[in-house]
Amino acid sequence: MNRFFETRLGAWTGFAAAALVLFGAAPLILSGFRLGLLAQFICYAIVAVGIGLAWGRGGMLTLGQGVFFGMGAYLMAMHMKMADAEFRNGAGSVPDFMELAGIRELPAYWAPFASPVFTIAAILILPTAFAVLLGLAVFKRRVKGAYFAILSQALAGAFAILLIGQQSMGGFNGLSRFRYFFGYNLADPINQRMLYFIAAGVLLVVVALALQLRRSRYGELLVAVRDAEERVRFLGYDAANIKVVAYATAALFASVAGAIFVPVVGIISPASIGIVPSIMFILGVAIGGRASLVGPVVGALAVAWAQTALSEQFPSAWTYAQGLLFIVVIALLPGGIASIPAVAKRFRKGPVTVEAAA
Amino acid sequence: MTATALTCKNVEVDFDGFKAVNGVDLELDRGEVHFLIGPNGAGKTTLVDAITGLAKYSGSVVKDGVELRGKKVHHIARKGIGRTFQTATVFEGLTVAQNLDIAAGSGRSPWALLRRRGHLPDKVVATMDRIGLKDQADTPAGILAHGQKQWLEIGMLLVCDPDVLLLDEPIAGMGHDERETTGLLLHDIAADRAVAVVEHDMDFMRSFASRVTVLHAGAVLASGSVDEVSKDPRVQEVYLGTASAEPINDLEAVDAATS
Repeated sequence: MNRFFETRLGAWTGFAAAALVLFGAAPLILSGFRLGLLAQFICYAIVAVGIGLAWGRGGMLTLGQGVFFGMGAYLMAMHMKMADAEFRNGAGSVPDFMELAGIRELPAYWAPFASPVFTIAAILILPTAFAVLLGLAVFKRRVKGAYFAILSQALAGAFAILLIGQQSMGGFNGLSRFRYFFGYNLADPINQRMLYFIAAGVLLVVVALALQLRRSRYGELLVAVRDAEERVRFLGYDAANIKVVAYATAALFASVAGAIFVPVVGIISPASIGIVPSIMFILGVAIGGRASLVGPVVGALAVAWAQTALSEQFPSAWTYAQGLLFIVVIALLPGGIASIPAVAKRFRKGPVTVEAAA
Repeated sequence: MTATALTCKNVEVDFDGFKAVNGVDLELDRGEVHFLIGPNGAGKTTLVDAITGLAKYSGSVVKDGVELRGKKVHHIARKGIGRTFQTATVFEGLTVAQNLDIAAGSGRSPWALLRRRGHLPDKVVATMDRIGLKDQADTPAGILAHGQKQWLEIGMLLVCDPDVLLLDEPIAGMGHDERETTGLLLHDIAADRAVAVVEHDMDFMRSFASRVTVLHAGAVLASGSVDEVSKDPRVQEVYLGTASAEPINDLEAVDAATS
């Protein structure tokens, strides 16, 4: 079965099935509230696809994807606040939370975000460019392993703290109470459904991009760098550049996810982008199976869903269940949920397959 | 093209005051399989590390008139200098064909990298044939036998078509037949290239060396043909611990004793 999904036809079949579930079944079965939750989980899944690429294929333990998720989210939130203010009080007026904080003048760096085109460009370019610069600085110096993980996590913490101190960015409370998304009223259930479809569509696109990267020669090279970085260097490649591409792609995915998260959930605050959410992103990927294509998606969706379901039933139990789940996966199933078929096959037959080894 | 492919002059590697390589002069000529031997800690591998840009050094390493000192590892590799490691380093999660394809592609454009591989390049197929791994094209490198991994690593250098090959103990752990095959392969490769081999195995050295350089305590003790070197009293002293008038017939046993 795994062989089939590696062919071109298999890939299309997989995408068609996923599209059928996401665009057909889910909106039919789920209530508006549940569909909104699913849209939120899909945002996590988009981040997870990027982590799967950088960590699973590239070996870079990105413990700080909250930074890029947060950048995308805040950039989108700034535009939506500007648009709301413009709708209420005319062009160039100050967003409501600034009025409450006593800020009368619009800060200069807010002004360009009145433009939807500028905002979308910023969401796509700024975090990616930041990741490229950071990646070049880090990987050229051959910082890797635990040092890289700690560095990226510290960055997520610092970014959250920086935002808490910024009154003109909403401070501790973040940005919330959005009314419009590019002119569409967010209170309208049809528009909420549209947001879900956007999230689902972006997820499919992101998975398709990741698939192309995996199957390309670049994807093989990335695995080679993960497994034997020195060897790659001695073959005449600049290993740092190879890693930067995967890292920046993961950053781009996280930023886009953040940008969709904001209209879906209706709030972005430092609490959603700091160290704890960054670890949550990793957790889903680890549980789903970091080296596989759909593993991170499945893991992110499963963890987010389990968290919601369990905390609805037993509000205090989730933390324990989460810890237990993590221990069980790391100890018994290092390849994550995605490796279950391969593990089961090994139980039955014995020989290790290529997929399991990769 | 001149015979000399690589010239090292007065190379010194200093590890916090300890001179692992202490003023080595070395010339590697095309058409020769040049063995670097010496007791453990003589600086053989460190010298290879220095040439390939892994270890910092003073002095100079020149290839085709270009000074290599201070250049980055991947730039030196692109100048046509390939190396293997003491423990065969291949990409264990990838297949034999993928390993070789990556090795063949350091000059690929980003656009070519982002596409799927249509078919294997001819030189990859030819190399698989040459190193005897054609039937294992789709086998993950991680489950190859030890000797096959070493051949694969040599194959990865061959598809790069380097001018200078530096091999660190290429026959470690190989059986007798595999050694023979490897030795013949090295001579075949060396026809139009310079090949340097760091080795402990004296039988292998005697069978296949065109030239031998003996390193001791970071310096060149002797250099020449196998016969010249084994008659050198200083070499005998290093290998035996005392000067001996008799030519050494069994360097291997002595080497085993010193290492």
